[in-house]
Amino acid sequence: MNKVKTLDDLRKIRESFRAEIDLREKSSNPEQMPQIKVSMATCGIASGAKEIMNYFIETLNLRKIDALVTQTGCMGYCYAEPTVEITLPGKEPLVFGYLTREKADELINEYIRKGVMVDGIMPVTYDAVEPE
Amino acid sequence: MTTFTDYILVCAGTGCRASQSEQIISSFKSAILQHGLKKKVQVVRTGCFGFCEMGPVIKMVPDNTFYVQVSPSDADEIVREHLIKGRRVERLLYVNPDTKQQVSDSKHIGFYKKQYRIALRNCGFINPENIDEYIARDGYVALGKALTEMTPESVIREIMNSGLRGRGGGGFPTGLKWDITRKAQSGRKYVVCNADEGDPGAFMDRSILEGDPHSILEAMAINGYCTGADRGLIYIRAEYPLAVERLKIAIRQATEYGLLGENIFGTDFSFRIEIRYGAGAFVCGEETALIHSMEGLRGEATIKPPFPSEQGYKGYPTNVNNVETYANIPVILLKGAEWFAGIGTEKSKGTKVFALAGKVNNVGLIEVPMGITLREVIFGIGGGIKDGKKFKSVQTGGPSGGCLTEKHLDLPIDYDNLLASGSMMGSGGMIVMDEDDCMVAVAKFYLDFTVEESCGKCTPCRVGNRRMLEILTRLTEGKGEMEDLQTLKDLGAAIKDTALCGLGQTSPNPVLSTMEHFEDEYLAHVNKTCPSHRCTKLTQYCINPENCKGCTVCARICPVHAIIGERKVPHVINFAECIRCGSCMEKCKFNAIYVI
Repeated sequence: MNKVKTLDDLRKIRESFRAEIDLREKSSNPEQMPQIKVSMATCGIASGAKEIMNYFIETLNLRKIDALVTQTGCMGYCYAEPTVEITLPGKEPLVFGYLTREKADELINEYIRKGVMVDGIMPVTYDAVEPE
Repeated sequence: MTTFTDYILVCAGTGCRASQSEQIISSFKSAILQHGLKKKVQVVRTGCFGFCEMGPVIKMVPDNTFYVQVSPSDADEIVREHLIKGRRVERLLYVNPDTKQQVSDSKHIGFYKKQYRIALRNCGFINPENIDEYIARDGYVALGKALTEMTPESVIREIMNSGLRGRGGGGFPTGLKWDITRKAQSGRKYVVCNADEGDPGAFMDRSILEGDPHSILEAMAINGYCTGADRGLIYIRAEYPLAVERLKIAIRQATEYGLLGENIFGTDFSFRIEIRYGAGAFVCGEETALIHSMEGLRGEATIKPPFPSEQGYKGYPTNVNNVETYANIPVILLKGAEWFAGIGTEKSKGTKVFALAGKVNNVGLIEVPMGITLREVIFGIGGGIKDGKKFKSVQTGGPSGGCLTEKHLDLPIDYDNLLASGSMMGSGGMIVMDEDDCMVAVAKFYLDFTVEESCGKCTPCRVGNRRMLEILTRLTEGKGEMEDLQTLKDLGAAIKDTALCGLGQTSPNPVLSTMEHFEDEYLAHVNKTCPSHRCTKLTQYCINPENCKGCTVCARICPVHAIIGERKVPHVINFAECIRCGSCMEKCKFNAIYVI
């Protein structure tokens, strides 16, 4: 790994990684993969987030659906854990709460495969300070 | 792919459900069917929008029009006008009370969003185990800027001008603390991150460490640059294993990139961070006790001055800040002090993270601008009280704070207002209580915690709190006397004045504030009754023989077999055996069991 020696080095890493994210999120190319982020803080894990994450990975593999499953920290919806955020190529991210295996199946069948929104969307109830 | 072109998102949060959102969903479905749009439009239930006061709310996708106070009879008009003719239904749009303007687009105008995330900006957004994702969100740019473009003095000035105050609870101006540490003369200095989060029900710091560990490392390095320290220590409880794990990964990744270590950003500034584990003692959140614990001594507070900024870890000047305080630092340097100072109230700037818990519908981790009212938090973001019960009180500040009541609901939340009302900001626990909670029992719970956690060094805290707890125990058992109330007040005042550290000085707050706001409940306990039927020794479950059908359900559910009776004959409760668990009352289908 290259060391960061100047602010420009850092900005270069930033830009290249942002470009990668943009490619993943903004492109509406159907070849692009859906992204599934699982909220994996202690509280999420305690309510089953880890099992849900594994279930997504296994089921998507089994069905040969290309998707990127990653983890993130607390989204703040403690009352609706486990929660996941799904970003389809070219679409706004959507958060779904109260995940179970059945709900995960429904999300894979309806939302991820067909793009049909299903019950259980968690509205984003906050604004956040945005990067430069 | 889907053939749906439009979606109607209907809020099915508890608040909106109470105001007919299910009927709205079915009227939409039939209107859609009637107009032949079944294959084009889909109705979807969502979680709470946090805008319950204007509920039921619905959102149209993809154009993001937001309709408020929708009734089932509006469904047909919305389908005809909005979906078929493409015209907004003006009368259902939200009118901003300040500007009197109609607001239609929920996406670009966060009018109903009461939350603003600064400290939690990356939580739930980035993968905390990937430094590149943090860098993509401007991570370490603030450190680079500080090291290469700013002097330590100008960074400190920026923090001072921002008005940031300590988020651990005390509210000491952060910039001033940094300046004191910077001015202290010493060949060695330390930067400490206080991650010893101990308030019952509070998990703000854990969430930040688990969701965005790099923001803490970056801020500690900036602090090191400002104060002249080259070492950082994170004091964290061993009972936060995931936070520890993610911190370790973050430290390793930052070191690999050269963002920690020697000659950061090609300057002569070097900074290393180590983790120190605490065993989970509440008093170790107090900075002098924390430092002693890190030194391998007993976690006991010592008298201030000398302040840690002058003489701290191993006798060297040490800057101690809380996790959430650090999380704000990089953003302040990137966006500027003026931007930060533009958020919040006159004396409390920025935002505060709260762990909203207790009897609210939307229990959660929230970040709100200072100055928001308790009502907006509890009834807006929190979605109101569970099961339609009545709000009674909200506890802020944990064992050091107090209970606020109905009359405080419109109080703007900031350090000074909370203090003036007999509570405090604390680290951010916010526990909501409803009509079923007994305030004497609540005060006893917190005092029980403090007595358990007192380090025992000073007499007022060690002995005084125990005497107060004994009185509270007597009250909840129906053995209290009128004069006990005065003794509680006297003891409380004396402990506040004479205890050594913050733990002791604030420990009587839960008792004193409940005595002030709920005096009638204390008097009721002196008269040997508990109005909320919570104190088991003052409560009696009885069976009304007129309603009892002798179905035997209660007798079978009773864990101590205290209910006796023949089938089809009214049952009776043996008071001597009864443990007042209330299971029988819960299960009785005939409302035959009551509590006195």
